Amino acid sequence: MFDRRLITHFDWPLLLLVVLTALIGIFNLYSATSSGSSLAFPVYLKQIYWLGGGILLAAIVSVIDYRHLQHLGFILYALTLLLLVAVLLVGKTSMGATRWLDLGVFNLQPSEIMKIVIIIALACYFARQDTLAAYSLSDLWLPFLLLGLPALLIMKQPDLGTALIVLFIGFTMILFAGIRKGTLAALAVLAAGGAGGGWFLLHDYQKQRIMTFLAPERDPLGSGYHIIQSKIAVGSGGFFGKGFMQGTQSQLSFLPERHTDFAFSVFAEEWGFCGSLLLLCLYLLIVIWGIYVARNAADLFGTFLAFGVSAMLFWHIVINLGMVIGLLPVVGVPLPLFSYGGTSMITTMLGAGLLLNVSMRRFTF
Amino acid sequence: MALNTGWSGSPALKKRFIIASLAALTIFVLLFLRLWYLQIIQTDTYQALSEKNRTRYIPIAAPRGPIVDRDGHMLVDSRPAFRIAALRQEVEDPEKLLARLSELLDLDLATLQQRWAAGRRFPRYRPVPLADDVSRRALEQVMEHSFELPGILTEVRPVRFYPYGKSAAHLFGYLGEITEKELRTAPYQIYRGGDFVGKNGLEKAIEPYLNGIPGERRVEVDVKGKKLRILKTQEPIPGNRVTLTINRDLQLATEAAFGDQAGAAVALDVHTGEVLAMVSNPGYDPSLFARGITGKEWVELLQNHLDPLQNRALKGQYPPGSIFKIVTALAALENGQTTAHTKVNCQGQLTVGNRSFRCWKKGGHGITNLKKALKESCDVWFYEVSQQVGIDRIAAMARRLGLGAPTGLGLAGERKGLIPDQQWKQQKFNDRWYRGETLIASIGQGYILTTPLQLATMMATVANGGNVLRPHLVKRIEDMAGNVQLEPKPQIMQQAHLDQAQLDTLRQGLKAVVNEPHGTAWMSRIKELPFAGKTGTSQVVHQRTRRKQDVEIPYRLRDHALFTAYAPASNPEIAVAVVVEHGSHGSSAAAPIARIMFESYFKLPPPASIASEGE
Repeated sequence: MFDRRLITHFDWPLLLLVVLTALIGIFNLYSATSSGSSLAFPVYLKQIYWLGGGILLAAIVSVIDYRHLQHLGFILYALTLLLLVAVLLVGKTSMGATRWLDLGVFNLQPSEIMKIVIIIALACYFARQDTLAAYSLSDLWLPFLLLGLPALLIMKQPDLGTALIVLFIGFTMILFAGIRKGTLAALAVLAAGGAGGGWFLLHDYQKQRIMTFLAPERDPLGSGYHIIQSKIAVGSGGFFGKGFMQGTQSQLSFLPERHTDFAFSVFAEEWGFCGSLLLLCLYLLIVIWGIYVARNAADLFGTFLAFGVSAMLFWHIVINLGMVIGLLPVVGVPLPLFSYGGTSMITTMLGAGLLLNVSMRRFTF
Repeated sequence: MALNTGWSGSPALKKRFIIASLAALTIFVLLFLRLWYLQIIQTDTYQALSEKNRTRYIPIAAPRGPIVDRDGHMLVDSRPAFRIAALRQEVEDPEKLLARLSELLDLDLATLQQRWAAGRRFPRYRPVPLADDVSRRALEQVMEHSFELPGILTEVRPVRFYPYGKSAAHLFGYLGEITEKELRTAPYQIYRGGDFVGKNGLEKAIEPYLNGIPGERRVEVDVKGKKLRILKTQEPIPGNRVTLTINRDLQLATEAAFGDQAGAAVALDVHTGEVLAMVSNPGYDPSLFARGITGKEWVELLQNHLDPLQNRALKGQYPPGSIFKIVTALAALENGQTTAHTKVNCQGQLTVGNRSFRCWKKGGHGITNLKKALKESCDVWFYEVSQQVGIDRIAAMARRLGLGAPTGLGLAGERKGLIPDQQWKQQKFNDRWYRGETLIASIGQGYILTTPLQLATMMATVANGGNVLRPHLVKRIEDMAGNVQLEPKPQIMQQAHLDQAQLDTLRQGLKAVVNEPHGTAWMSRIKELPFAGKTGTSQVVHQRTRRKQDVEIPYRLRDHALFTAYAPASNPEIAVAVVVEHGSHGSSAAAPIARIMFESYFKLPPPASIASEGE
């Protein structure tokens, strides 16, 4: 089973891109948390361990042929869906949201697993169809069901950011699979109507975030604070930035959540437009590389798998960056490889592992 | 697996990859453009905002200008006081915090809560003052327990310090936190909420001179407003040094002479109008306001029936009683029909129409001329002459001497008194003036009202030959470098246009009051220093039907005792007016105070016991 060619075809550039970005992220976390509380176990160090674990995980995932997943896809999906139901029933509540299952050793966040599992499940479905013909609405009821169930469950937790990510990943994959023009138009109308109706399903704090995004100055010390301070941090960075560990917005703690969701703001403040541009290019390269992996996959399952992972990375990056530079409302979406957090690192590295997996088997039939 | 082969080269799929890649690129370009906008185009704006974020301007209060007496003795100074304040943005549980603070410092919880609530109108980073002028021990308590008191900080600020305690409290006035209404008015535009400003007295009158220019410290702070380092310090400029016309020793001696008696006294330099002493009794402790008066103390001051907050010297309006005979005498002499030799036979009362008007001396004074009428304060002589003069001429003379109008001292709330005449009566009561009312007015009773300050000004006018001077309190204002900012010159408000011979006649009578046996102030004379004066007793109860001994009359109903004088009798330098509320007789209650004032002013040895000689 194990082929020497797998090593020769190993996608080193992709791994390099991912690790390089993560290292810059850790470098940035060191600065972002240097002025905070003096923990015995600093945040950047934890992130190094998470990265180490993540690389190991990616390696393990890449070794096992992704094609085995084609048989497991729906089972994995069903199990994860069960976990999501369990969260709603016996989940651990923290800060007003019920997102975790307390497994004693650690807290499991099934919604994060769902990000990967929905990719596998949809890839399974479309690979089985084995067609490149455009789908009509009647062909798509199952993918929409696969997508809708977890999205609703996650919304209920409530976790708007993750629910949106799951939906965006799914829609991107469905679009990629191909939809008839008439069906697409109908869907667009439906989505618009759904968005209108969805407004009433949103929690007050979620509505507040959207209102705040539209006019952050309405409440500069309350909910608009994050956006305003983040824009100040990014904008005041200028062309060359304020220098490593010299960002007043982050070092003096004006910037909230600077080691998690707003980590990019710290980087943009301290490294300026030059740094931001470099990072933007790295992320674009990763996404394009992912699409390239999908393009060259050995089979349709691999293509959908790699494309789905690329979509996942893409939406995380775009939503997070859009949010910290004031283009999108504040929804709690971390920046892959950059924001501190084990969960995000594991999900990202699982995805990277899948990409590597598909990539190294591109010539294997 | 074979099923999956053969599609990778499909053009349809290729097209989708190109579309997907282009879509991703487009969105990244959007992000790029946004970063360009924020970091290149708008960077100046955001850099300014970031700078504003991290720097705070902390005002450093300027010490108020010191107030000294005419010889440079410190009367009002500034000293550092410790204030406990809370930084709202660091306080998580105000209820708990205030409760703990109240417990630690033994402060009233309700007051703390009230001040905390009042701080809501400040910006979040601005400390809310909770307790002012706390003791050093309290400060230590706070520092010791700082970990239990998150958000609590201590500040040092200058507060007023009064070396002579309650002395001249009314003159200085007190400071209070600026009100929102004041903040909106023009003179206070440079002030900020929480500043202290003069609320009355001199502190208010010369506020712009006393108030210094606050300094400023520019500090770098973190998001919690915690000071990290000082970037720049601008030292405050203290207020100007104010030299008063007050003579400290005279002020203190006068206050001591009053003891517990309520009343007021004013001493003026007869040539310049400088106020040498101004006393209002009872007083209050101005340091209560300096450290922040409590609600309870404030209510006590307000509810005290003796009204200790009021400066009686310029706000107290009293019927001048027999002191007004000075005015009647001058008006009568000027009218021509009366001379120094005009004689009236006083039989203890005078009947005009169907009413009889009593002299204070039941048996009467017998044959009385002007000098005797002044010396012994015979009412009947004045009843007689006033009928020829008429109220309008008496009133005109009173106004020429400065009565019936504010003296222009410059302290807020000065009253103008009341000098009635026919027109006034008509307007006020829509009734004509009755002859009997002239009689009553001639001896300073009835409608007439004067302030002690007006009486002193009048006496200074009599002493200096007819210049009605504007009394003033400030001799000089100079900045800390000694540059003079203000030096008021003596100012003549008006000329009384008095005939010198008539004035001399009056002054002989006034000298006799003190220096001749049977004079009403004979008991208060100073052998080494003949002075001239006039006693007065103003009725508190209108109808003087009673003939009881004064000790039996309730305090409230006893007459006010008044005395006004100048010294020396020839070549006068100083004029005084003394009112002792419910002191019964000018001769026994008010004149001795004037004597003590003169003794102090002329630095005479303690009085030999004159009182034992009897009247």
